Amino acid sequence: MKISVQQEDFDLGREVLDIRQDNRIGAVASFVGQVRDVAMTLEHYPGMTENAIKKIVEEARLRWKILDFTVIHRYGDLRPNDQIVLVAVASSHRADAFAACQFIMDYLKTGAPFWKKEHHPEGARWVDARESDDEAAERWRKLKQASRLLKP
Amino acid sequence: MQVKVLFFANLRERLGTGAEEVDLPDSASTVAGLRTHLMRRGGAWSDVLADMKVVRVAVNQDMAAAANAPLNHGDEIAFFPPVTGG
Repeated sequence: MKISVQQEDFDLGREVLDIRQDNRIGAVASFVGQVRDVAMTLEHYPGMTENAIKKIVEEARLRWKILDFTVIHRYGDLRPNDQIVLVAVASSHRADAFAACQFIMDYLKTGAPFWKKEHHPEGARWVDARESDDEAAERWRKLKQASRLLKP
Repeated sequence: MQVKVLFFANLRERLGTGAEEVDLPDSASTVAGLRTHLMRRGGAWSDVLADMKVVRVAVNQDMAAAANAPLNHGDEIAFFPPVTGG
């Protein structure tokens, strides 16, 4: 059960090993996001960032059976190919692990206070928020409403 | 009433400040009131804070706060653009 907002890099193998110790666990799903071709600086809102991630994970735990998890998000200066974010979820079965991992990642995009500034040869510019990210998070809200309607 | 006001990302850069203590008259003790109070400074302040479609607000680190929610002495209010992490 780890949430970390840090400058340092992380080791996927070690992080997964840490959350798969419980022998009820039958599935671990993980996602790693990395920098594409443009170097960037990631700014965040210390204090709020950790709380926002905590709320996202709590919401995921209401929806799926999560036995352990790790969320790491880096900030500071990052170069192409550097790792930015890790979401890893351990569950008894793969459906819960896959879904919770994607849910947490989709909400990190819209609900955690991080801002990317890209360093292009012609100058630095702040990345605009993408509508597709809002839509990805919105999809989960609709799924929840739909599942409520289906319940007898 | 004193509140702590924070600015992030391009708002911080355009306003030239990341954090300040603001003395807020009791008549302006809501998020909307604080925003109007800051915009009266003119210049970049009125430009940057005018478009609330691209300015998000968190009160005491909670993004769900409404514009008319009352503010209290010592509150922390942050203004920032839509988030782009992940």
